[in-house]
Amino acid sequence: MTPLPGSPTPRRRVRGRWHGTDTVFQYAVRAAAALVIVVLVATAVFLVQQAWPALRQYGILSYLLSDRWAPSEATATGRHPNPYGIAQFAYGTAVTSLIAMVLAVPVAVAVSLYLTEIAPRWLRRWLSGLVDLLAAIPSVVYGFWGIFALIPAVRPAGVWVSRTLGTAPVIGPLFAGPFFGVSYLVAGLVLAIMILPIITAICREVFATVPTEDKESALALGATRWEMVRMAVLPRSRSGIAGAAVLGLGRAVGETIAVTMVIGNNALSITTSLLGPGATMASVIANEFTESTEPFHLQSLMVVGAWLLVIALAVNTVGKLIVRRTREDIA
Amino acid sequence: MARKALAGLVPLVALALVATGCGSTSNVGGGPSGGSRSAAGADFGAQICGSPQHQPRFPVPFGELPGGARALSGAGSTFVAPMMSDWTKTYSQSTGVQVAYQSIGSGGGVAQIQARTVDFGDSDTAMTPAEQAKAQGPVLQIPLLLGAVVPAYHLSGVKSGLKFTGDVLGRIYAGKIKAWNDPALTELNPGKKLPKEPIAVVHRSDGSGTTNIWTDFLSEQSPTWVHALGGPSRSAGKTVAWPVGIGGKGNEGVSGQVSQTEGALGFLELHYVLAQNSTYGQVRNSAGRFVQPCVATVTKAANGAAFPAILHHAVIKGTDPDAYPISGTSYALLYRNQTDPAKAAALVNFFSWVLSKGQDLNANLNYSPLSKDLQRLAVDQLKQVTVNGRPAVT
Repeated sequence: MTPLPGSPTPRRRVRGRWHGTDTVFQYAVRAAAALVIVVLVATAVFLVQQAWPALRQYGILSYLLSDRWAPSEATATGRHPNPYGIAQFAYGTAVTSLIAMVLAVPVAVAVSLYLTEIAPRWLRRWLSGLVDLLAAIPSVVYGFWGIFALIPAVRPAGVWVSRTLGTAPVIGPLFAGPFFGVSYLVAGLVLAIMILPIITAICREVFATVPTEDKESALALGATRWEMVRMAVLPRSRSGIAGAAVLGLGRAVGETIAVTMVIGNNALSITTSLLGPGATMASVIANEFTESTEPFHLQSLMVVGAWLLVIALAVNTVGKLIVRRTREDIA
Repeated sequence: MARKALAGLVPLVALALVATGCGSTSNVGGGPSGGSRSAAGADFGAQICGSPQHQPRFPVPFGELPGGARALSGAGSTFVAPMMSDWTKTYSQSTGVQVAYQSIGSGGGVAQIQARTVDFGDSDTAMTPAEQAKAQGPVLQIPLLLGAVVPAYHLSGVKSGLKFTGDVLGRIYAGKIKAWNDPALTELNPGKKLPKEPIAVVHRSDGSGTTNIWTDFLSEQSPTWVHALGGPSRSAGKTVAWPVGIGGKGNEGVSGQVSQTEGALGFLELHYVLAQNSTYGQVRNSAGRFVQPCVATVTKAANGAAFPAILHHAVIKGTDPDAYPISGTSYALLYRNQTDPAKAAALVNFFSWVLSKGQDLNANLNYSPLSKDLQRLAVDQLKQVTVNGRPAVT
């Protein structure tokens, strides 16, 4: 459209009038976006920089190859063996997260299915809100609850398991006693409850994107509700559930205080029994950074932090990619 | 009380009968004598701990310095923090001088005084020569109070007063004694029904001055402990490589684990144990007495202690036969030479108050006041403060 001579186009006039604030706005949001990237990169750079003296002293690999964390054995000059082995922390993080996933994902899927497919409308809003509220409970409160409510409740079962399964061949070492409460298992249980809201929320969203036509067709063909869920809802949502699970995993991997309170904090080596005390990458940092007075102690905690950042970033990226692909599939 | 005493007597009599019946082999003969000694210890503990003791206040031999700053900053030990907050509050009420203390841990206290970011630091262990070399000048180390580390346990049906020796505690923490009914424990505690439960050993998961006092005591008393940790250089310190057990963060973490776990044994600061109403044991001291930890028996720990020899150990080694053996102190750290006269005057005023009137407040929080010897040593340290080379106290 060509403007009439002498009369400025309304569009240009609008643009002219807003030009100043528009630029400011643009720069402001750009700066905000850049800030996120800067913070992330700066954190990574900071961790590596702080960890550098220790990495130079002991080498990167020696950290992952040892499962013995004994700061009191560090000296200013000794290089071998590295007293700051972190394999047991990686193991603890993996095992507790895994327990949490195994317990939380099926429950989250079930809750989401109930909320989207079965629950009456009025209950749906209430129940969704309640599940979301689980995410609002502070981590330290979960820790308290773990120590004072969950552990006494699971102790009889744990003791029973350690006395029966604990003596079984092959799997025995995984359930060996004595069971005092604080353990990988209880940490996993607490984590499961903590990651339930995020997995449920995403699953709910994923299930809601299943076209009503698909569901109605299944029902019209005579499918029962369960068959409808199995044929129409779940197949379309498979990768969405996986993505939700991975994002939950991302939360579990980095969770600190609640885990520190219930895992038992055995930093010396890998405990084979799931009923025994262990430690995670996050818990050892929370425990030791205030009094990290041994040579290369603080720097080694930075190494743990750097590895934790790498793992958490990797897990979250994978989760986001899966969820995004699901959304594109559906679109 | 009477029933408890009777319950204690019955096995003594039984053992004595066995001893006479079987003739006195050295093993059986040892039982009654050990028992009577421990019974005496229990009586002693109850006696001393029951009656409130009034420690004569050591008069600080110099008056308040004029021209002091109105604010001071300090940082360090969490062990001393509850007491410090009481001191600073009372002190500011009477003088208007604000002392801000950050409870960041002894390691942080040393680091901050090295960097001169605070007016004083506080550490539960004296600074090592290496740490002092990193400071910007000579640092004075002033003991402020006495505190104790106490074995606390959770055994249903067993009350406070189980008897421990350093060696038995060392063997438990080394993982060599695994159950409550181990002969080593039942021998020390005749008449107590100790269950066949495994011992849930609880230790600190964070570095701590409390750990330092505890492990220093174990190292001194228990060869098994030293061996299990790989030598004396590794068996004592703020962090050690615990061979067994559950880690709890801070006193509250250990206290939580002990109170929640049947069969647990942990170590806690005395004021924590008393505040939480935990059950706790008696420990045998170098005079062979089993001593109940309390303000009075901890105060005696520093009687006869030599300075600066006490700087080299976390556990204070005194000579009083009635002293509780796992006692330690906390040191205020300040530069001997101050550059700001106002700060110097404020520091001297505050700490001379802490070392005199402040000591009366200690027992309220179940810390012990400094013994007279230690108080004199502390004041001697404080007298050395100089302002740009000239003595602050004249």
